[in-house]
Amino acid sequence: MAATASTAAGSAHELDLACTVNGEPVRLRVDTRESLLDVLRERLGVTGPKKGCDHGQCGACTVHLDGRRVVSCLTPAVQVTGADVTTVEGVAGPDGELHPLQQAFIDHDALQCGYCTPGQIMSGLACLAEGHAGDDDEVREYMSGNLCRCGAYAGIVAAVRAVAEQGR
Amino acid sequence: MRPFAYTKVETLAEAVDALAAAGPQARLLAGGTTLYDLMKLEIETPSAVVDVHRVADLAGFDTSGDRELVFGAGARMADVAEDGRLRRDYPALSESLWRAASQQLRNMATLGGNLLQRTRCPYFRGGEPFACNKRSPGSGCAAQEGLDRSNALFGGSEACIAVYPGDWATALVAFDAEVDVHGPGGARSLPLARLHREPGDTPQHEHNLAPGEIITRVRVPVTPAGRGSAYLKIRDRESYAFALVSAAVALTLDGDGRVDECRIAVGGVATRPWRVPAAEQALRGNAITEASARAAGEAAFTGARPGRANAFKIELGTRTVADAVRLAGSRAVG
Repeated sequence: MAATASTAAGSAHELDLACTVNGEPVRLRVDTRESLLDVLRERLGVTGPKKGCDHGQCGACTVHLDGRRVVSCLTPAVQVTGADVTTVEGVAGPDGELHPLQQAFIDHDALQCGYCTPGQIMSGLACLAEGHAGDDDEVREYMSGNLCRCGAYAGIVAAVRAVAEQGR
Repeated sequence: MRPFAYTKVETLAEAVDALAAAGPQARLLAGGTTLYDLMKLEIETPSAVVDVHRVADLAGFDTSGDRELVFGAGARMADVAEDGRLRRDYPALSESLWRAASQQLRNMATLGGNLLQRTRCPYFRGGEPFACNKRSPGSGCAAQEGLDRSNALFGGSEACIAVYPGDWATALVAFDAEVDVHGPGGARSLPLARLHREPGDTPQHEHNLAPGEIITRVRVPVTPAGRGSAYLKIRDRESYAFALVSAAVALTLDGDGRVDECRIAVGGVATRPWRVPAAEQALRGNAITEASARAAGEAAFTGARPGRANAFKIELGTRTVADAVRLAGSRAVG
């Protein structure tokens, strides 16, 4: 059935959102205009995803939606109902042990200021999972949606390739 | 962003009903990568949004048919780009998808939404105070006297020279794709070549869909020219940018190595997906050589009407077509 945001529980411009964020169930009422990025950062305090451009051009807000990488700035929060959202906060092990890709970013100097890094990590994990880390050129192509103003690209490619070579 | 009423639908029938009920100021939301972006800029200000991103009737695609390839309008660009049959037998179609946007956006964006993605003309996206007949009919066209590097060499008018930015539609027009639509009046089909309009005096009208009609499928007739195809896209940077110029070429070679079937379209330079029959005519019957490929490229850009800052695209485009012809030829089954 069509689910119109009804006036019964308030404005026709708000809707209840139920999803999981890094495995934790989340329920909250959202304005239909709100982006997933704004809900994560401003409502839930999940500040790993960054608002670089807010127009899908920089990749700093990259998260996984049901296992696929998306830009959360161009994802209306109302579309996330029923989905699993994973941000960089959900990547490390339960005891805080870094994910191998996070460790590889450190080992390969894949960041300077770090602002783009949460998006790079989420995009890099997806790049590996998709099987798009076969060689340097493929990594460059499939990581092109994540800009790095510091120019740490050489290290980022090396980090993603190193994890791909480990076969993890 | 302006407030809007949001409706999520699960079926195509619900989508048609909801769109009709919401009136002329409503918009369909699928991947959101164009619409939601433009709503943030308040270039798009719909009163209502009908969300079709979970409509199962629109999802999926089938490239295994003997007569045609069928693509659901809700299929995601990333999924279709990866399809094995497409990569092998229609590389131009696959390349037109994976050379567009970024993997994040391709995971979100749908094939139907991509067909109607709106122009990247900076004066359209820039909003006030720039004049733009597409955004605000009658206000003028700031691009005519402005920075026109990204604007059209083909299909423009005094009212508008905004480029149609899509890669997928540029490849599809070369393959004689058909578009299936569904609306209050039922279902119908139209050639992709007639989906988009040139701006003329009414650049605000960009397509030939009737009010309330929804694109449901794209169908591509099976052709052996798919194997000998290429989508070449030249950008300001190596990846993740709109085309300065692109070329879709699909061809077959006869037993003597001469071009038999031949399909060529160019992107990044026209106000709609732009097939170039003169280039096809120039190439057909000839062996592919540096000279014949160049001649096809020159034919493609004959009649180009550059502005002040985009004339370089005539030579760039000529070479892009020529390179795409040679790449397609190297893939073609002789």
